[in-house]
Amino acid sequence: MSLDTPILTEAARQVDICNACRYCEGYCSVFPAMFKERTFASGDITQLANLCHNCRGCYYACQYVEPHEFALNLPAALAEARQESWERFAWPRAAARVFHRSGVALAGALVVGIALLFWAAAALQPASGKGFYAVLSHTAMVAIFLPAFLLPLTAIGIGLTRYWAEVGGTRVTLAHLLEAGRSAASMRNLAGGQGQGCNFEDEDRFSNARRHAHQAVMWGFLLCFASTSSGTVLHYVFDMHAPYPLFSLPKLFGVPGGVLLTAGATGLIWLKLRADRGLGAPAVWGAEMIFVLLLGLTGFSGLALYAFTGTDAVPALLAIHLGAVLALFLSTPYSKMAHGFYRVAALIRDAQIKDRQTP
Amino acid sequence: MSEPYDLIVVGGGNAALCAAIEGAEKGCSVLLLESAPKVYRGGNSRHTRNFRCMHQGPLSVLTGSYTEDEYFDDLMRVVNGKTDRHLARMCIRESEKCLPWMEAHGVRFQPSLSGTLSLSRTNAFFLGGGKALVNAYYRTAENLGVTVLYDAEVTHIHLDGNRVTGVDVRSKGETATLQARAFVLASGGFQGDIDWLCRAWGPSARNFLIRGTPYNRGVVLRDMLDQGAESVGDPTQCHAVAIDGRAPKFDGGIVTRLDCVPFSIVVNNQGARFYDEGEDVWPKRYAIWGRLVAAQPEQVGYSIIDSQSLELFMPSVFPPIKADTIKDLARRLGLPGETLKATVDSFNAACPTDPDGSFHPTELDGLATEGLDPPKTNWARPITQPPFYGYSLRPGVTFTYLGLKVDETARVYGADGPFANLWAAGEIMAGSILGQGYLAGFGMTIGTVFGRIAGQEAASHVA
Repeated sequence: MSLDTPILTEAARQVDICNACRYCEGYCSVFPAMFKERTFASGDITQLANLCHNCRGCYYACQYVEPHEFALNLPAALAEARQESWERFAWPRAAARVFHRSGVALAGALVVGIALLFWAAAALQPASGKGFYAVLSHTAMVAIFLPAFLLPLTAIGIGLTRYWAEVGGTRVTLAHLLEAGRSAASMRNLAGGQGQGCNFEDEDRFSNARRHAHQAVMWGFLLCFASTSSGTVLHYVFDMHAPYPLFSLPKLFGVPGGVLLTAGATGLIWLKLRADRGLGAPAVWGAEMIFVLLLGLTGFSGLALYAFTGTDAVPALLAIHLGAVLALFLSTPYSKMAHGFYRVAALIRDAQIKDRQTP
Repeated sequence: MSEPYDLIVVGGGNAALCAAIEGAEKGCSVLLLESAPKVYRGGNSRHTRNFRCMHQGPLSVLTGSYTEDEYFDDLMRVVNGKTDRHLARMCIRESEKCLPWMEAHGVRFQPSLSGTLSLSRTNAFFLGGGKALVNAYYRTAENLGVTVLYDAEVTHIHLDGNRVTGVDVRSKGETATLQARAFVLASGGFQGDIDWLCRAWGPSARNFLIRGTPYNRGVVLRDMLDQGAESVGDPTQCHAVAIDGRAPKFDGGIVTRLDCVPFSIVVNNQGARFYDEGEDVWPKRYAIWGRLVAAQPEQVGYSIIDSQSLELFMPSVFPPIKADTIKDLARRLGLPGETLKATVDSFNAACPTDPDGSFHPTELDGLATEGLDPPKTNWARPITQPPFYGYSLRPGVTFTYLGLKVDETARVYGADGPFANLWAAGEIMAGSILGQGYLAGFGMTIGTVFGRIAGQEAASHVA
C-alpha cells in the first residue's frame, strides 16, 4: 500500500511489522496507540511519528534491525516522518525547509539577530534609562519583540491547525489537556515504561540522562519565559520597571531558568554527540545541534547579562542575548523548536484516542 | 585468546548467559564464545518473548497462581508422556526462584501483550522481548568481568577420558584451541543445518523454514555425539509451528506466525482439508500445526477465511492474498479452483445452519460441522462473505529436540558415565524434558534453570 509520501510509506511498512510483533508494547505510548489499529493511513503515521520521543528502546530491543531483511529502524523511520510533517505543516513551507535542514541558516539567523540588536542599540540610543534600558529603550524592545513573538505564534497556530486536521483530532477537553500536560511534565515517554530511561548515549544501556537533560531544557525555557512574562506584567500593570532585584519574580524565575536551560542544553549536546545519528533523521542533525546551542546560548547570555550588571560589558551582552532570543523566536515555526508544539498536540490527540477507547 | 579461563561457555543465548553470570558471580574467570556476530547474538533467545513460571501467588507481572502440579499437567499434555518426570518437575519448581533472579540481573518484565491475555497467569513477558533480555544479560555479564567473543564458532571439543581439556574455536578465519578448567555447552539445537534435518526427515525438510537463528547448526552437538556422548530425543522431534509460507528461510521470528487457523479451513495443495482446524484454542494447538503441514505434499498448506474473520486474529507481517470469489482465490494461491470450491462448499454445507449468536472466537464455542471428515469441531462458520482471503502455511522449525543427556545437575554423560567438568544447558539438552510437543515459554524456562545450575556446578568444580 502506498501512502502520501515515500517516507510515510516506509514508516507504515515498518509499523505493520511492529504491529505483528508487539514486544515493545511497554516502552512508550507509541505502541499501545499503534496496536489499536490494523491498517495505517498517512494521518495515523503522522500521529505516531509525533508521539514518538525517539527514546530508541524499540530499536535496541528489535530482532529485525539490519542486516535482517526486514530492516527495521522505527526510531529513524518515525523521525523522518515527523521531520517531514513539520515541513509539510509549516507556514510558509519554504522557511521550514531552510531552517530545519540547514544549521548554517539557523546560525545565520542568530548572527543577523545579534547584528540587528547591535544596530538598534547604536541607532536608537535612548536619551536616558536604567540598566539595560540605558542601552535599548523599553519602547524599542517592544517594537522589535512584539512582532517577533506574535508572528511565529501565528505561524505555529497555522501549522498546528494543519496537523490537527491530518491526524483527525476532535474537540479538546480539559481532561485531554491535563493528561498531555502530565505526560510532558514528567517526560513519561522517555522513561522506558518503567523509569529506567532510554537507550541513547551508550547503545542498549538504559539511562535517564537524556530525559533529565531534556527536562532541564524544557523547564528552564518555561521559567525564562515566565520571567519575561512576569516582567511584562510588572512593567505594565504595576508600573515596576527593570532592573529588578534578586527577590523579584523575573529574577526568581529567570536565574534558575537560565541555569537549567544552559545546563540542560550542554547535557543534550554531550548526549547527542555520543548517540547513533542513524536512529534519528540524519539530514537535520546539524540544524538540531545549532538549535540546542542557540537555546543554551540564550540561557547562558541571559545569566551573563545579570552577572555583569553595571559593567561595560552590558551593551554587548545585551545585544548577544536579545539577538539570540530574537533568532530563537523568529525561527520557532521552522526549527526544532516547533517539535514542542507538535509533541504536545500529539499527546493531546493520544489522550483523545485513549479516552475514546476506554469504556 | 591465550589466557587460561576457569570456565568456557559455548554459546551466546539465554542459557549460556545465565551460566556465565552464575560462574562469574561465584568467582570464576569466564569466557563466553558466541558464534554469531554481535548484531545477531543471543541465539533463539533473541526471538523469544516470555518465560513460563510456576508461582504460588501473584509474582511480578504474573497474576494468580500456577502450581507445580498444574504446570506439570500442562507439560504432560503436550509431550504425551515423553519426558523425564524428575527433571521436568525440578525445572518447574526452580522456575519460581528464577524470575526474581532474572529481575535482579537486569531483565524487565511487562504485563501480557495485547492479544495474549490468555497467558497472563502462566507466562511473564519480557519488556522489549527476548533481545532486550539478551542485551541486559550481556551488560550484566560484562560488568561481572565475563569476556565475550563474537564470531567465535566452536568446532571441536577435546576429550581426555571423562574430562574436557579444551575447545577449538574458529574466529576470523583462524582456529585456536582454548583451555579451561570447566566447560558449559549451551550452543542450541541443529535446526540451522538443513542437511542434518534432511537426514532425519528426508528431503521434505528442504521445504521447512527456520524461525530462529541460522547460527544453531549443531556443530558442537554433532561433535559430542560423534565422540560418544549420550543423547536423548528423536532427531525428527522439534518445536515447529505453521508459519506464513512467504517468511524468510531463517530468522523470520514472531511476526511470521499466523493465528488464523481456528477461524479458517486449511487445505493442502490439492485443495483438500486434512485436520480439524477447530480442535482447541490456538495457544493449545499452534505447536502441532508445523508437523501437520510437514506431512502434506510439498510441505505446504493454505488457510482460507472470509471477510467476517479477517480481524479475529493478530495481524501478521504479510498481508493475505485477497479475491472476490473462491475460484479466483484458488487461482491466486496456485490451487485447483474446482476442488477448492467443492471443499469450501461441502464445508459450508456441513456448518450449522444459523450460527449467528453462537460463534465465540475467544472460547470453545462448540460450533461444529456435521458429517464432515475431518470435522471442524469449533468455530465452524460458513465461508461465504467476500472478499475471501488466503495465507500459505509452511512448517517453521524453532528448535530441534535431539540433544545431550544431562542429569539434574546439568552434567553431560558419556558412554562411561558423567563427564567430570562438562555441563549443558538450553536447547542442546532440552530434549531431556521435551520429548515432543511444546509449551509456550518453556524453552526459556529450561534455558534459565539449567543455565544457572550449569554455571553454579561448574563454579563449584573450579573452586
